[in-house]
Amino acid sequence: MLGEGILKGLGETARNFVGSYVSAERLTTIQYPEERAPAIEATRDFPFLVYDGADWEAGLRCVACQICEKECPPKCIFIVKSTDKKPDALGKMQIYPARFDIDISVCMSCQICVEVCPFEAIKMDTEFELSTTDRFGGLLFDRKELAKSNEYYHSIHPTEAAEVDARLADEKVKAEAKAKAAAAAAAAKAAAGPAAKPAVPSTPSAAPPAAAKTAEWEKQG
Amino acid sequence: MIEKADQIFVILAHWLVSFLPVGLQPAALVLLAVVAIIVTFPALFAISVLLERKGLGRMQNRYGPNRVGPYGIFQPVADGIKSLTKEDIVPTSADGVVHFLAPVLLVVVVFMGYAVLPMGRNMTLVNLDAGLLFFFAVGASTELSVFMAGWSSRNKYSLLGAMRAVAQMISYEVPLLLSSLAIVMITGSLSLGKIVEAQNHYTWGLPHWYIFTPWGFAGFLLYAVATTAESNRSPFDLPEGESELVAGYFTEYSGFKFALFFLGEYVGMLSISGLGTTLFLGGWSAPLQILGWVPSWCWFFGKVMLSMCVFIWVRGTLPRLRQDQLMNFAWKFVLPLSLINLMVAATWRFLGEGWERWVVCSAILLLAYTLMGRAGMRQGQIGPRSYRYAE
Repeated sequence: MLGEGILKGLGETARNFVGSYVSAERLTTIQYPEERAPAIEATRDFPFLVYDGADWEAGLRCVACQICEKECPPKCIFIVKSTDKKPDALGKMQIYPARFDIDISVCMSCQICVEVCPFEAIKMDTEFELSTTDRFGGLLFDRKELAKSNEYYHSIHPTEAAEVDARLADEKVKAEAKAKAAAAAAAAKAAAGPAAKPAVPSTPSAAPPAAAKTAEWEKQG
Repeated sequence: MIEKADQIFVILAHWLVSFLPVGLQPAALVLLAVVAIIVTFPALFAISVLLERKGLGRMQNRYGPNRVGPYGIFQPVADGIKSLTKEDIVPTSADGVVHFLAPVLLVVVVFMGYAVLPMGRNMTLVNLDAGLLFFFAVGASTELSVFMAGWSSRNKYSLLGAMRAVAQMISYEVPLLLSSLAIVMITGSLSLGKIVEAQNHYTWGLPHWYIFTPWGFAGFLLYAVATTAESNRSPFDLPEGESELVAGYFTEYSGFKFALFFLGEYVGMLSISGLGTTLFLGGWSAPLQILGWVPSWCWFFGKVMLSMCVFIWVRGTLPRLRQDQLMNFAWKFVLPLSLINLMVAATWRFLGEGWERWVVCSAILLLAYTLMGRAGMRQGQIGPRSYRYAE
């Protein structure tokens, strides 16, 4: 009969109206500044720089290789290489970024900088409350503002950070073994004849490119 | 004491004007009543906007506004301040004068309707003999302002919205008038005061409101449909259909002019609810004889706000109609039914007292509703939507 559907619909809305006062689980709204939704692990918005240890300046993993700067599609990263070298967290002498700026008003959160970084130095943050009254300076982050500890990285992306740590430790072990082998080979060559060339460590084909790059870099360092 | 509470506003007004010289008193009394109307109904507008936003929210399992003040009750104040501080933009190609006049005319016309509404015992600003006629004559002028707004904006959306609005308002004006005509036939008067008086007596403590008669009930439903369409409310909000026309005829309005349109729409709804209350729900009379001690104006405003709640409820429930469905519904269903209702009212009048007229009138109306509904649904003119290409 005509009008049945209208009555049914009116009943439905009335049920919702009353129900929203009676049962709290109907209301799905999270009242944001006071309440917060639980963080999702895969959340990402803007990049930050990871550092190891306690001192952010000394522990930055970034070696200013500028790959991310070149790969960044909207060109929001600006890096100035240092002219000197400084020991990193492991005590190795490294070039470091004298300046590392990210303009997050330009950043499009594509995560390409994270994908290309061979040193696991840049990762995606989850901090989104970045509103500021200064739209130029306030959104241009320098390396001090970008530097966040590895512990912080663990707290926001635990699974991913654990994988990264395992990979880094693995690479460290491999590099040390290789260095030892190279040293042993060099010593053997030196013993055999002074004209022999220094041994070039052969890159293992099974290792990921990042590991290969790390090994190469460690040899240079 | 009860008398005084009932007449408190009348007594207050007379006391206030008693300070003036006698010659000025009648004019001052009218002025005072006008001011009271102009203050009261925008306040009710604010309350109904808040009710609407909260109520719609709850119907959709949301909280609705809850930030400004306790439970968000100052949200209308915040909205008002916001619309006052917004830039007033007039398009370069628009007709400036007409563009400015349209919202002003709407508000003026909408407020004029209140002049004849009896809002309580002895609380009618002008007790016209042809009050109902005046109300509809003034109410029909809102179409003019809507078309002025749409035409002067020089915007295709505005113009389309205005065209739709005028087509819709004219179509639904007919059943609106015809459904109230039944009341005039029974009462024998166009005076709204007389119509309330005719309903304000009781049998066994129950009121003689017109909604409690078969033709009155049918008339009330038809009236409700027609007023919903007249005030451009969902499901008949095609003239301002956001999804296709931006905002319809007030697309090119911003700031306070937009607020005036908004005010006009709601104050118009309140006034047409007031008329519906007067015609069908016994105006300011109490729903039970034993509740007669409650001041009459309480009943009037209570009933008006109740009708607003029903408007909100319907808006929260029904999706928007398509233009052809709207027109089919008006001309092929509502109009014939309101004509039948007129005949039924006449039958009721001439069958005299007794139970026969209840049976006969109810039977005619039910039969007409069922048969016309069936026929219309079979031909696909009314009833559930069908999508030829989407299904």
